[in-house]
Amino acid sequence: MARSLLSGNEAVARGAWEAGALVGVGYPGTPSTEVLEAFACMPGVYAEWAPNEKVALEVAAGSSLGGVRTLVTMKHVGLNVAADPLLTLSHTGVGAGLVLLVADDPGMHSSQNEQDSRNYAAFAKVPLLEPSDSAEALAHVRLAFDLSERFDLPVILRSTTRVAHSKGLVGTEDREERERVPYEKRPEKWVMMPGNARVRRLELDERIGRVREWAEGSGVHTEVPGGGPVGVVTSGVCYHHVREALPGAPVLKLSLTWPLPLAVVRDFAERVRRVAVVEEADDFLARGLRAAGIDVADVPLPAAGELTPRKVAAAFGATVVPARAALDDLPPRPPLMCPGCPHRGVFHALRRMRAVVTGDIGCYTLGALPPLAAMDTCVCMGASIGMAHGLSLAGEASRPVVAVIGDSTFAHSGVTGLMDLSYNRGNATVVVLDNRVTAMTGQQDNPLTGRTLMGESTVEVDVPALARALGIADVTRVDPFDLPATESALRAAVESPGPSVIVVKGECALLAREHAEPFGVDEELCTACAVCIRLGCPAISKESSGKAAIDAELCVGCAQCVQVCKYEAIVATGPACDVGELR
Amino acid sequence: MSVTTVVLAGVGGQGTILAGDVLAKVAAAAGLDVKLSEVHGMAQRGGSVDTVVRFGEEVFSPVTDAGGADHLVAFELIEAARRLPLLKPGGRLFVNPRTIEPLPVLIGELPPPEGLEAVLAGEGAVFIDADVLACQAGSPKSANIVLLGAVSTGLGFAEELWREVIAARVPSSTLQANLRAFALGREACMRGECA
Repeated sequence: MARSLLSGNEAVARGAWEAGALVGVGYPGTPSTEVLEAFACMPGVYAEWAPNEKVALEVAAGSSLGGVRTLVTMKHVGLNVAADPLLTLSHTGVGAGLVLLVADDPGMHSSQNEQDSRNYAAFAKVPLLEPSDSAEALAHVRLAFDLSERFDLPVILRSTTRVAHSKGLVGTEDREERERVPYEKRPEKWVMMPGNARVRRLELDERIGRVREWAEGSGVHTEVPGGGPVGVVTSGVCYHHVREALPGAPVLKLSLTWPLPLAVVRDFAERVRRVAVVEEADDFLARGLRAAGIDVADVPLPAAGELTPRKVAAAFGATVVPARAALDDLPPRPPLMCPGCPHRGVFHALRRMRAVVTGDIGCYTLGALPPLAAMDTCVCMGASIGMAHGLSLAGEASRPVVAVIGDSTFAHSGVTGLMDLSYNRGNATVVVLDNRVTAMTGQQDNPLTGRTLMGESTVEVDVPALARALGIADVTRVDPFDLPATESALRAAVESPGPSVIVVKGECALLAREHAEPFGVDEELCTACAVCIRLGCPAISKESSGKAAIDAELCVGCAQCVQVCKYEAIVATGPACDVGELR
Repeated sequence: MSVTTVVLAGVGGQGTILAGDVLAKVAAAAGLDVKLSEVHGMAQRGGSVDTVVRFGEEVFSPVTDAGGADHLVAFELIEAARRLPLLKPGGRLFVNPRTIEPLPVLIGELPPPEGLEAVLAGEGAVFIDADVLACQAGSPKSANIVLLGAVSTGLGFAEELWREVIAARVPSSTLQANLRAFALGREACMRGECA
């Protein structure tokens, strides 16, 4: 057995490959993204990005039906999108093993909420496994495939940021080659119309009953003996926080947390003085145990955010090491749009127009931050278009209403919103910010980029043609690096009656391989008007004199600032850093 | 042997993830249990980031807390100050004495913080001018490896092991620059600049 240093995400991919999975499908989203990226690199498999999580799970259901083990991946909020097929797939069951990796983000490092996906296991009635580190991620995904086939159910593997993006040592094994199970027509299993579904509903209870029985006697859970006033029931990465914070305490780590193995917990509870639960996000375990009549101690753990060993120790009254106080008055460092980002000019124009901007999920969400502060809302993937339509329905007439949505998000769930806007003759302007890549999650491809996850060239969705096909007559294209053209296109679109679409196509600054030469500020000409400062470009700073300065090492020469400067004070300077000088 | 915790703190894009990966692989190659934790996504867009590497006989939590870091390696002054509470009393503190101004400072909304070098020096910081040394090594991007070279002096792993892991981890076109960067970081400490 070889030992490798793998992230939880890499370990899930490796485990799926070892389990003989042939198909992987998902939608990128931090912290889940690298699972499918790693799976796509495994020999002998097929992997694809679907436009959204619902489609991904449906594709997975099909390939499972077609007899090959299939991995489907998404982040927690993506599971909301995929909930519709999931809640019925528990009824149909699977063909070959179907495992759904869902990565939660307690602490919201890169998410709009910190929902606990374990609730979906109970909601959809599917088994859920929770690995606590990379090694378990590999082992659990293999187990999940076996359970999926054994009990004819999709199985959720729930990780969290600190499992997904932590690395640990993992023992790897060879791949288990599996024969494809030929598809057989079985409408009573696969056609969920009421008559069939009612029968499958009862069978579902029976299958779940068998999972519960298995979970009680499987030995899949880990018990660490110990002493002290409380025995801790926990799962996932919290197990490691507990081991660190409370050395010597008896610990029961549950690997399968739905259906809850209550007999295992009762047996543990009888051997400890008091049971306490340590878990992140929701009180999922504690609620389940209390509902079953198990007495769970109240421990003052914070409900919001991630846990750490120190937080666990403090909640249990254990000693915490003294630490220096945080320094006051340090400026916060929010994330920002890169120098040369094509979205900057669009937000600059929208702010000048005093538009109400309904936003969406992606790098351009940063357009909500000062100094641009040109975005009013951000709720979920695709919400920008529906919200713009609703806002104009409500009679917002004093200011133009504009939705902004990225290329990947447009493909994910913008299309249906746009269809609604068009069909119902709404009056909003939709700006598709097509930067040629799914940028925020680390540059994945999508249906607009012309490339697949397997690295092959493919069709590029033609957004203007699509918008016209949806019935929108007013469709224009604009280059976001041409600021006057961007602003006049936006003004024309909001002034024309009815729905309009502007496709703003400009390559992500991180994709652009060649950059123009940097600009600098002519101090004589700079009047300290601060217009360029308000672009929020990290290469531009405000000197104590009030005048602007440009960091030549950061500037990529996109020239957006040149266009906003009325005094022609931003000028070409020549090559950036001279390494030779430093030698 | 107890667990050793190293925190690498900087600004998204500075190479903390790669440096953390090299360190974790060195510890693994030395036969130890290792865990590494990092944050992706939003935080990488020029935000404040840290990578935590923990190694020893058996490592539990992948994260650390206030007072948990034996070694804090800061790629930038403000982030050094921000992460200072993580450092154990008596822990080693390495700081690259440059400032990357956050947006609120760049746009004049907040004043630039002053006196950070003095505060950090008072906490026993060793200043390693990683950007200058990286340029000397032949690649301005190898500042992360310069800092690894500096912290490596107190971690007890064989120098050859570091060189092997760096060779396996960085693109071959930048290997020589990275090996020189590592050596320069190490030398900066060996000359007595490191505690």
